[in-house]
Amino acid sequence: MIELAQIKAPVIEYRELAPLFALLGGSVVVLLAGLFNGAWVQRVLVPVLAAASLLCAMGFTIANWGAGDSAPIIEGALAVDSFAHFMSMLFYIAGLVTVVLSLRAPVARETGMGEYLCLLLGSIAGMVILAGAENLVTLFVGFELLSIPLYVLCAGEVRRARSLESGLKYLVVGSVGSATLLYGLALIYGATASTDFSGIAEAIRVEGVTGIAAGTVSATDPLLLTGVAMAATGLAFKASVAPFHQWTPDVYQGAPTPITSFMAVATKVAAFAVLVRFFDQALTDAVTQWAPALAALATATILIGNLGAIGQRSLKRMLAWSGVAQAGYLMAGVVVGTKLGVQATAFYLAVYLFMNVAAFAVVLARERSTELGDDLDSLRDLGRASPWLAWPMTIAMFALAGIPGTAGFIGKFYLIDASVAGDYAWLGVMIVVGSMISLVYYLRVIAVMWMGAFEISLPTIPPRRVRPVGGWSPEADARAQPEVATVAILAAAATIVFGIVPSPMFDLARDVGSSFSLLP
Amino acid sequence: MPFTIHLSIVVFLPLAAGLIAAFLPSRAGRWLVVAASAGVLAYAIAMLVDFDPNAGGLRYVTDDNWISELGIRYQLGVDGLNLFLIALTALLWAPCMLWAALRTEERSKLFMFHMALGETAVLGAFCAQDLALFVVFFDLMLVPFYFLIGGWGAGDRVRATTRFVIYTLVGSLLMLAGAIALGVIAADGGDLSFSFAVLEDRIVGEGTQKWIFLMFAVAFLVKAPLFPFHGWVVDTYRATPTPVLVVLSAVLAKVGVYGFLRIVLPILPDASAYFQELMLVLAVFSILYGSVLAFSQDEARLVVAYSSIAQLGFIVLGIFSLDDKGVQGALMQMVNHGLVVAPLFFIIAVLTARAGGAIALDRMGGMALRAPVLAALFLIVTLATLAMPGSPNFVGEILILFGTFEDKLVYGLVASTGVVLAAVYMIRVFQRSMHNRLVPGEEPADLGGLELAVIVPVTLVVVALGVYPQLVLDRTEEASTAKVAPAAQIADGGDRSVAEAR
Repeated sequence: MIELAQIKAPVIEYRELAPLFALLGGSVVVLLAGLFNGAWVQRVLVPVLAAASLLCAMGFTIANWGAGDSAPIIEGALAVDSFAHFMSMLFYIAGLVTVVLSLRAPVARETGMGEYLCLLLGSIAGMVILAGAENLVTLFVGFELLSIPLYVLCAGEVRRARSLESGLKYLVVGSVGSATLLYGLALIYGATASTDFSGIAEAIRVEGVTGIAAGTVSATDPLLLTGVAMAATGLAFKASVAPFHQWTPDVYQGAPTPITSFMAVATKVAAFAVLVRFFDQALTDAVTQWAPALAALATATILIGNLGAIGQRSLKRMLAWSGVAQAGYLMAGVVVGTKLGVQATAFYLAVYLFMNVAAFAVVLARERSTELGDDLDSLRDLGRASPWLAWPMTIAMFALAGIPGTAGFIGKFYLIDASVAGDYAWLGVMIVVGSMISLVYYLRVIAVMWMGAFEISLPTIPPRRVRPVGGWSPEADARAQPEVATVAILAAAATIVFGIVPSPMFDLARDVGSSFSLLP
Repeated sequence: MPFTIHLSIVVFLPLAAGLIAAFLPSRAGRWLVVAASAGVLAYAIAMLVDFDPNAGGLRYVTDDNWISELGIRYQLGVDGLNLFLIALTALLWAPCMLWAALRTEERSKLFMFHMALGETAVLGAFCAQDLALFVVFFDLMLVPFYFLIGGWGAGDRVRATTRFVIYTLVGSLLMLAGAIALGVIAADGGDLSFSFAVLEDRIVGEGTQKWIFLMFAVAFLVKAPLFPFHGWVVDTYRATPTPVLVVLSAVLAKVGVYGFLRIVLPILPDASAYFQELMLVLAVFSILYGSVLAFSQDEARLVVAYSSIAQLGFIVLGIFSLDDKGVQGALMQMVNHGLVVAPLFFIIAVLTARAGGAIALDRMGGMALRAPVLAALFLIVTLATLAMPGSPNFVGEILILFGTFEDKLVYGLVASTGVVLAAVYMIRVFQRSMHNRLVPGEEPADLGGLELAVIVPVTLVVVALGVYPQLVLDRTEEASTAKVAPAAQIADGGDRSVAEAR
């Protein structure tokens, strides 16, 4: 009798994978539902389905979070820990915001609401995978699943040259980044003979640090270091860390504004999630090798980002440069390689999400109701015309600048605290110096909104026009798009609330830090 | 004690009123904020009465966890050091609110909201007993003033306010970094704490103290402002609306020098002793520079602006004499300067209004006979500003000079010339605007109801303090001596042993 080969069916951890199923299933359902014509389907059903899918994923993640950390699933490829859960929640929030902001967006009409939201959900699934990646292959899969839908979404307004340009630029630069990353990952595998983060960490383990036997690969191994450098470069492209940030302003400006806001927020969070896990988990024992290099990158990023933002008239470009600068601040939390650093980064990422959502929502609202596009002038005298938009923008700008009373202040405080405690006091000072420079452009926005007529001497860029929602009338603005104003107000309120009562967020951050048991 | 005093109520009452007012009709909202500032004043007076000069330590303490992860506590308290500054804040904000409520035509509710936020932030900075909390309030102060100057100012207001905010924020962000570093280094791996009391016990190494001192010093000197950090002064003093300018000059400037007393001297004693000479030089330079420039200004506001630089120089001189008397005199002078500057700016506003909006001194004149009440009040504050014997400023400056003479005779002698110069420039302003002939276009009317209501009470307090300066000196002595002691002992050649013995 011939014995058939025993095939062992893989164990599928349905509970841990549930959020991903919800997202990917949701994206299929949304795509199919979008095939039906009719205003109701396009305007109501499809967005509701997408939001429902995100809410389901959120629910599953919360349930998993409550169940506590478990070992990585799928043969150690995907982590199920507080860090992944925390980051996933940020992605879902960013996703929900994007769904709401897209309701009246021309891009959603042009691509079709179904396809548009399907791509969005796919990108979010990629981010969730990326945040949980415990394996070089998973990392790359997540990275690409995140990026490819975004290339399409950036070019979503197919009749507008700027949008196409933006998509193409992002595609080209993103591909270079991906290729560099992939090459780097291959070299790391070559050096350590492992694709698992835990395997890599074991291979380069320094004796005596954790009481376990030393690894087989020296932390100064040239192959390993080359790999790390290339991988860092690839990730730096995504996080728009200088000097790999040049694409950011162009892509941000050209992309449809809801997508810009999604990229600014969610992509940044995803990139930092993977940076933290990659450096502070897989490579934590080589910290002396990479930390000075990353610290130098952080410094350059802070300076370049802030200086670049000063000369911008376009709000989206300004926010892009400010995002570069903020990436530099966030980098400080990665550099120190401590639990405190991870916590500070996680905290700041959450804060960053709220501040930027508030700012982008206002930009979007003004873009749709003035003829000026995203030019600084579109905010002119907003304080008088519609205070419900002006206040969120004001709060967002103050928070980004790190003024007390907002969560941005606490976030910066936490990051500086982590830097000083991790023996990088000068990096803390750099954060401060960056904040000083940033005042110039953040305060300018506030001045335009509240202080009436005055001259701004900045080079003018021809504004891009978007079809109006409120009929060009500044007064109708907030009322014509209540959902946008609501998003802005909620995000600004969160910025203030977490600035005054930050303890819940600190508890989450501490929980996140506990995922990194190896760190000091 | 018939009632307990809750500092949280004092601090947050104005902000609460400002927020509620935002949802009320304009008139009701404005008066609600005025009422709140009057409430704060009443509370401050109650505190003055209730304050027992003989019981040491902090009074009316509120101490709760705010952000336990960062070791930041919500800690408020009053002692001799901040008692009178809180009272000064309350006393000056009330008339400014009244003035603002009646004289602001455009977006008055928003104006009042920012004024209220400013009062909350200043009171918070004075009351805070935790370094991080102090930094929070110190930075928060800038937000309302940014809007007030930029939104309601005159002339090139946006430039002025941007300059003002960037100057001050650069200082205070450095202070933020210094404060965090101080907390982390002092904790030395232990529990992070920013409480002043804890930091006074955990003295850090001298090298660390030095660079942290410089960061704090820049923040406080910009705020004051002292000589090389005064670049924002001219634009800002020109552009700022009167009620805002009053509190800006009279109260905000004091937060900076208060920081030296509350934070720098007790927590960084070695560095304070080390940089004593540098600070004295800056102080003396500010006195001379401010006085000379005050003498050559054509605009009344700028005369007061430069005289403030000189006065703040005196205060810093007193503080860094590192002498009991000098510090007490500095504290007294902080209150005095606030008290005389407020009526001065109101009077200048009145004069400008009478002169048809002209700000130059040569467009004013001849008011004394036609507006006798105005002239009398002006004379009182002018004499107080130039430290005429019998005025509280006389007491303050004498104490400062005594304190300086003991160890640093040269600085004291040079600084004394500042007293002489003050007489020259203040009398010049008084003569130009009150005597001479009436300038065409000027309407010589005496003070109106509102103007009397804001100027007279403050002037009466000046006179009262001149008669009975002991009110301040008794209550501040114990606290100021305690704060200056460690640095003084180190400066006198005593070793770190003092600090370590504690």
